[in-house]
Amino acid sequence: MNLSKDLMAASSTPLVLGVIAEGETYGYEIVKRVEELSGGELQWTDGMLYPLLHRLEKQGYLLSRWRVGDSNRKRKYYAVTEEGRKTLCEQQQQWQIINQALNKIWRDMQRSDNNDVQFA
Amino acid sequence: MMSSSPNHFDLEQSIAQWRQFVLRRSAILNDDADELESHLRDQIDALLTQGLHADEAFLIATKRIGNIEAVSQQFAEVHTGRLWRNLVLSQPHSNWLNDVLVALCFAIAAALLFQIPRLFGFNPEQHEWVYARNISLFCLPLLAGYWVVQRQLGTRAWWLILGTVALFAVTMNAYPWQPISDTGDLAVLHLPIILWFLVGIMYTGNWWQTDARRMDFIRFSGEYAIYFVLIAIGGAVLTAMTIGLFSFIGVDIEIFAQQWLIPSGAMGAVVIVGWLVEAKKGTVENMAPVLARIFTPLFTLLLVSFLAVLLISGRAFDMQREVLIGLDAMLIIVLGLVLYAVSSREPTQAPSLFDTLQLLLVLAALCVDVVALSAMSDRIFAMGITPNRLAALGENLILLVSLSGYAWYYWGLIRANHAGFAKLERWQTRMVPVYVVWAAVVVLLLPILFRFT
Repeated sequence: MNLSKDLMAASSTPLVLGVIAEGETYGYEIVKRVEELSGGELQWTDGMLYPLLHRLEKQGYLLSRWRVGDSNRKRKYYAVTEEGRKTLCEQQQQWQIINQALNKIWRDMQRSDNNDVQFA
Repeated sequence: MMSSSPNHFDLEQSIAQWRQFVLRRSAILNDDADELESHLRDQIDALLTQGLHADEAFLIATKRIGNIEAVSQQFAEVHTGRLWRNLVLSQPHSNWLNDVLVALCFAIAAALLFQIPRLFGFNPEQHEWVYARNISLFCLPLLAGYWVVQRQLGTRAWWLILGTVALFAVTMNAYPWQPISDTGDLAVLHLPIILWFLVGIMYTGNWWQTDARRMDFIRFSGEYAIYFVLIAIGGAVLTAMTIGLFSFIGVDIEIFAQQWLIPSGAMGAVVIVGWLVEAKKGTVENMAPVLARIFTPLFTLLLVSFLAVLLISGRAFDMQREVLIGLDAMLIIVLGLVLYAVSSREPTQAPSLFDTLQLLLVLAALCVDVVALSAMSDRIFAMGITPNRLAALGENLILLVSLSGYAWYYWGLIRANHAGFAKLERWQTRMVPVYVVWAAVVVLLLPILFRFT
């Protein structure tokens, strides 16, 4: 599915922070993990991930270092800082509020749909 | 080599070409290209194991990385400082001529503005105070105006400029200054700070809204100072040559040069240098960071040895007026040095020896500031308060706060690795309005407080 641009932009920060919070990782792995988490529905333009990572690093949420991984390839690994964890926590709470509100609306809508059917 | 065969696809060569293509964007540095390339290779490997041919895998992998133009724009937004260093705008800069013409118009306007008081019977020889009080009003608002046009800020910006100019023109000319007036001198010294901030608001193009643009303006200011000195030297040589050449043929144009050429040229240069810095930021490596690197150790040495001599000789609390003025001037230069050093630092770089040196400089400056403050309060207690002392006291207090913040955040930067740099930047840009507000207090309120003496 194609998500709207705004939604992508808003959700990418908690997603990336969340994935990295699972353990130190690098860009390609993050993309794969997000795809996996969304059942393949969320497909980013891979290149766009890197400016985002750099922004988060600049804001002090991430730390990066170059490391030669298991496949003998030099990769830039990212880890979450204390501040990053705090931000992630805040974002989590915010998204939960939205999530709950939306869920309620979907439920209510479904109910009124059913009522409409009865009415007819 | 098998690459001569038309059917063979050379993966390594294609990746190398792709990398070249990526690196052509000035916002993308070698490190970033490495990162993107390792991503590309991971993706290609994954596709190859799925049984795709090398050329197919390469095609899909590059496609998934996405439009490099868009990616580089994102990079540019994150790292604005980089663009400053090597920006060659990716779209052809077709309105170059237009920029020059606009800059020229504003420069000519500034040059003419300086001569307008002549129409009302003023001239620089007899009414030098009229000119001294208004000189920054002749040129800096026009530089601000140039940015309003360049950044397309619209009428709101024009009203802001007009309002500011009106306010300060009235202040500078309608206040009943005493014949020898310290508050008047102070106002002349502080007015440019306020007007320069006005230039900054317009320069950022977003009303001083984002830290990135504020940092750009600080960089701009650093380059501006250097370019202005260079142009001034060039102008002086040119003027001297002109006067000399004409005197050979028996025409004395010295008066003309003094009254028209030099002042109007300087006014015009204020605008032209603004255009030049912005236009040339792509082609020359910045000078300000280079100078900051050279002079940071030297100033640190100077301040530390000065403090040592003070302590040994015990003369700290017995400083005279001239020494204090010298110290304040020095502290302001140090603050400028720190400003440039911070704004030219690559944000993601790990803390280096230079940052430690910078911290040392800030700490030494803090000590000097404390010594100056104590000497100054001694003078105020002993001899009462004067406009100069109050202005200096305020400046030293602001410097104390500002330098303490720098020391604190530099310490955080060195201790906590590079994550702390954003905070340092934020501190730096947040302090700028404080300086401006104090300058406004000195220009607008101090004269009233001291009855224009």
